[in-house]
Amino acid sequence: MVDARARARPFPGRLIVFEGLDGSGKSTQARLLVRWLSARGFRVFFTEWNSSDLVSRAIRRGKKKGLLTPTTFSLLHAADFADRFERQVLPPLRAGYIVVSDRYSYTAFVRDTVRGCDPAWVQNLYSLAPRPDVPLYFRVSVATSLARKLASREKISYYEAGMDLGLSRDLVESYSKFQARIKHEYEALAGRERFTVVDADQPVEEVAKDVRRAIRPLLANFPKTEVLTHA
Amino acid sequence: MRSTFGGRLPGLTPMHLRRGHLLVLEGPDGSGRTTEATLLKEWLEVRGHPVVDTGLRRSTLVSRIIDRAKEGHTFGRTTMALLYAADFADQLENKILPSLASGATVLADRYVYTLIARAVVRGASRPWADRLYSFALVPDLTIYLDARPDILLHRAIAKFGFLDYWESGMDLSLSPDRFESFLTYQKSLREQFEQMARQYGFCRVDANRTPEAVHRDVRRIVQEWFTRQLRRPTRPERIDDAAIGSTSRGR
Repeated sequence: MVDARARARPFPGRLIVFEGLDGSGKSTQARLLVRWLSARGFRVFFTEWNSSDLVSRAIRRGKKKGLLTPTTFSLLHAADFADRFERQVLPPLRAGYIVVSDRYSYTAFVRDTVRGCDPAWVQNLYSLAPRPDVPLYFRVSVATSLARKLASREKISYYEAGMDLGLSRDLVESYSKFQARIKHEYEALAGRERFTVVDADQPVEEVAKDVRRAIRPLLANFPKTEVLTHA
Repeated sequence: MRSTFGGRLPGLTPMHLRRGHLLVLEGPDGSGRTTEATLLKEWLEVRGHPVVDTGLRRSTLVSRIIDRAKEGHTFGRTTMALLYAADFADQLENKILPSLASGATVLADRYVYTLIARAVVRGASRPWADRLYSFALVPDLTIYLDARPDILLHRAIAKFGFLDYWESGMDLSLSPDRFESFLTYQKSLREQFEQMARQYGFCRVDANRTPEAVHRDVRRIVQEWFTRQLRRPTRPERIDDAAIGSTSRGR
């Protein structure tokens, strides 16, 4: 996923990444972690990767006209990621922040791979993104993911359900099948990319404890806000 | 089988799309490329080949974003490179491939080579850019209109009265002086093209001359190429003659 240059850490900040299926609770946990870190006096910067205005407009237009394919879908998201990375992730990392990112390049990697893109090609698109210090993977069953999704007021979107893949005409059934494939890719990636796996079927408080436990080693010698402002 | 530069296009089966021909015209602004595209299209159609012309940044999907981005100069170089790739992929999948499948001759006014050269001059690594465009079809014939930067400079001034911001590579901060920047930028692009011309066997045409002289050469190259096609009962995997063989070479 990452080239050797990026691994050499050209910045003083730390990058914590939250990955997992929709409904795995990663967004909730990312926000809780940000609160906890700032309460402890760390400089934290939160960022999330959902479709920006730029890309979603193009994607909406493409969908309407039936123009989108796995390749253009993938490239538009990669452009969006690069834009966010350059503007929202890299500057705080260079300024010495702990950056908490809800979704990262892995999200794109698993989604594009499921849609049939060549994994090596997708990896190349995202090769400028450095490896996170802690890549957290929220492992959850597809059943839990679906139950949480249905319980929320959010509607399942066309692409979240992978409707473009023609797995089923039924939105819910397509969602389950698509997420099962996504999960399969995540699991394969978890070993290769040495993800820190969090059991996300647990109650939310238990998950939060696991997340803090996973982050702690990272904080040992990390300077707090006061230190930075008085430096 | 029509081949790509090593990549693939999921959801499409380009190997079945083997009927039409893909001809590419490459060369900088001022090399007479667009004039040549018009002349060549007319000439081909008179000879009975239906022609679909295509160029860069004309897709419905992303062209508006790219235009807006250029106005505001808001995006980083990686982002722009990826948007250009999305734009190209859209045209390849929604225009070039269907046209080839219908048996048309597709005449591309610029191709991935320009996009790769621009990205590399802006700091991308060649392997990264090559892999980015690995899903592109290898053209049957690539004609490269090669002109010296000083000639391009004079043509730009004669035609527009000024040097374009992007064609001068002003976004690269090579020099605050547009004249200097133009020459430096076009020189770097030309170096990239020299490399690719060797690597992919472009048919180079000396574009420092008059449009008439250039057109004569281009017509001869295309004619010879078509004649060669007709002599062969099936589509060749590979064109052997180095003088016109920009075709089936993979990377």
